[in-house]
Amino acid sequence: MISLKSILLASCATALVSSAAWAADPIRIGVISEAQAVAGSSIAPAAQLAAEEINAKGGVDGRKIEIVVYDNHSSSAESVRAFQRAVSEDKVNAVIASYISEVVLALEPWAGRLKTLMITPGAASDVITQNIAKNYDQLKYTFHGYLTSTSLAGLVCDAAKDLLPYKMKTAVIMSEDAAWTTPLDAGYEKCLPEIGLKVVDHIRMSPDTTDFTPIFNKIEALKPDVMITGISHVGTQPTVQWKSQQVPIPMFGISSQATNSTFWKDTNGAVEGVFYNAVSGPGVAVTPKTLPFVEAYQKKFGNFPSYAGYTSYDDVYMIADAIHRAGGTDPDKMVDAMEATDYVGTIGRIAFKPKGDANPHALRTGKGYITGLMLQWQSGKQVNVWPKDLAAGTTSWPSFIKLKAASN
Amino acid sequence: MLFWQILIDGFAISALYALGATGFTLIFGVSGVLNLSHGAIMVGAAVAAWAAASELGVGPYTGALIGILAGFILAFATYFIAVRPIQRSKVIAESEKEIFILTATLLWGIIIQEAIAYLFTNNAKTVLPIVEGVTTVFGVRTPKNEYFTAVICWVAIGLLWFLVNRTRRGKAVMAASMNPRGVTLLGIELSSIYLTVWAIYGLLAGVAGILLGMFLGVSSYSVGPLTASAFSIVVLGGLGSVSGSLIAAYVVGFLETGTAYLISPAYRTIPALLLLVVVMYLRPQGLFGRR
Repeated sequence: MISLKSILLASCATALVSSAAWAADPIRIGVISEAQAVAGSSIAPAAQLAAEEINAKGGVDGRKIEIVVYDNHSSSAESVRAFQRAVSEDKVNAVIASYISEVVLALEPWAGRLKTLMITPGAASDVITQNIAKNYDQLKYTFHGYLTSTSLAGLVCDAAKDLLPYKMKTAVIMSEDAAWTTPLDAGYEKCLPEIGLKVVDHIRMSPDTTDFTPIFNKIEALKPDVMITGISHVGTQPTVQWKSQQVPIPMFGISSQATNSTFWKDTNGAVEGVFYNAVSGPGVAVTPKTLPFVEAYQKKFGNFPSYAGYTSYDDVYMIADAIHRAGGTDPDKMVDAMEATDYVGTIGRIAFKPKGDANPHALRTGKGYITGLMLQWQSGKQVNVWPKDLAAGTTSWPSFIKLKAASN
Repeated sequence: MLFWQILIDGFAISALYALGATGFTLIFGVSGVLNLSHGAIMVGAAVAAWAAASELGVGPYTGALIGILAGFILAFATYFIAVRPIQRSKVIAESEKEIFILTATLLWGIIIQEAIAYLFTNNAKTVLPIVEGVTTVFGVRTPKNEYFTAVICWVAIGLLWFLVNRTRRGKAVMAASMNPRGVTLLGIELSSIYLTVWAIYGLLAGVAGILLGMFLGVSSYSVGPLTASAFSIVVLGGLGSVSGSLIAAYVVGFLETGTAYLISPAYRTIPALLLLVVVMYLRPQGLFGRR
């Protein structure tokens, strides 16, 4: 009882102090994310970091930003419960949610029903924004703060065109069976032939797969020049088995787990030579804000942020900016302000596609906006190799890779 | 080529299944405990070996030893925290103890799983292989470590056979699995037999976990499927029959590998589960079960 009393007293005291320091009610941002997953675990800390920075400079119009964190255990059902609690009990003004498309798709109607602004820092499925196009008035509260799968496929093809040796003619698409890869694979099927790579097979594997030997065997038998990947839920196991079985075909594409700095240790270095698309990377100054963010994050938490950490950090700034421009936290005014976002964050210049587009509230990509990077793991480091103006190194290939270009 | 591929891969994975299931069935045979924290103990050992090697940089051999030690500690923790208090309880009715232990080990396994996910994230980890490189046999390029895995599994199973059939302590364990009351009448303390069995179990589960971590990699998500696969192998072979488990491990291993290569990796586990259902109908005691 004593401890409860002292807690109450302490919180009263804090309330008194903060009411003296802050002009009005705090702005509360809920963060629903995957504390135990490598990609999701950076979302909450990065948001916290952004909030502290904003608060240190006086908050938003004198209002303090508070981050309320919910661990969803990678589950859609838990995320929905967290969202309901965030809005009805914790009275949040906006939510930053998840890197998993299935989770965001489950939350999307709730953002509409509870009229609460929601942005995802890491999910990719195009369906998130396609839903907004179909039912704008109801679903306009959702914003897609990361690239859509179709954009990702396009960026991978752009990089492949510049990076892969000219004599490469054939590719096998290898992706995990999940919501985000359906549009990704469709994008690959469309853009790979355009850059001269014939798709000889398309393998969608179960995310539960543990033994990839049969899959690699099948791919090897087709003798493609390159494997174009779309993996996020799996990562360590295919990468390690690729190396231990010395599959002589390069892996190129999207491998979300490879974006994380701990992936080298997770795979005991088997990731050497793997190419992966990202919007940011260690040491790559995409914008003047990128490296200071990475440095601050590393100083505070002792590790590097995952890809969703960069976007989550930007999201807090964008929400703060939108609230400032909207003159408060009225949800509809916040949506209008968010739609007008033109903000240079850590991953590039951020602006959303407008109402009427096929993917409203998706990020604008391409020159002048977000262009993406292609990095390669080289000797324990993530080295950016594309685009040229941001490249820190050139491509190199593990010894067991047999490049067609070299043998011809 | 495909034939040899299936043969080699199937043999290696089956050896691993056999080793994993042996400890599980031994515990059941001797003390009637169905240990549903089995997968968590295997994963715990593998993650400990990974963490020691990659976080502390102790090298593959010391890492593996630390992993085995972790398996040992986790097995004893399971016994002393989740099993023994229920076995000795005067409050729980004797007829209900089995289901209490089942539930307790299941929950204990979830506690270990969540602790691993919390401390090391739920990303898969791979244990540093002891043998590097690949070798080509019958035109099949296979990691040397895969052969190493199969050899270690069979050495461990061979040692277990020797222990149970040729040593005094092992014979007492065997006797306890046949007739516990008879063993106590001969003046052998049953609780010390249990300790021996849990020690052997910890060793087997630890080695199996580390080898799995080297061969395929493990994550906290592997806990459920590993327990389930050991459970179905043991049920298929006949609860408590070690030789039945070994044969069942090979049946399941080859069925899975064959399916993965000949049909699709996505359907890998389905035929083995169907077989389990069929065996349950036609021969509920399992292929080689005694009870």
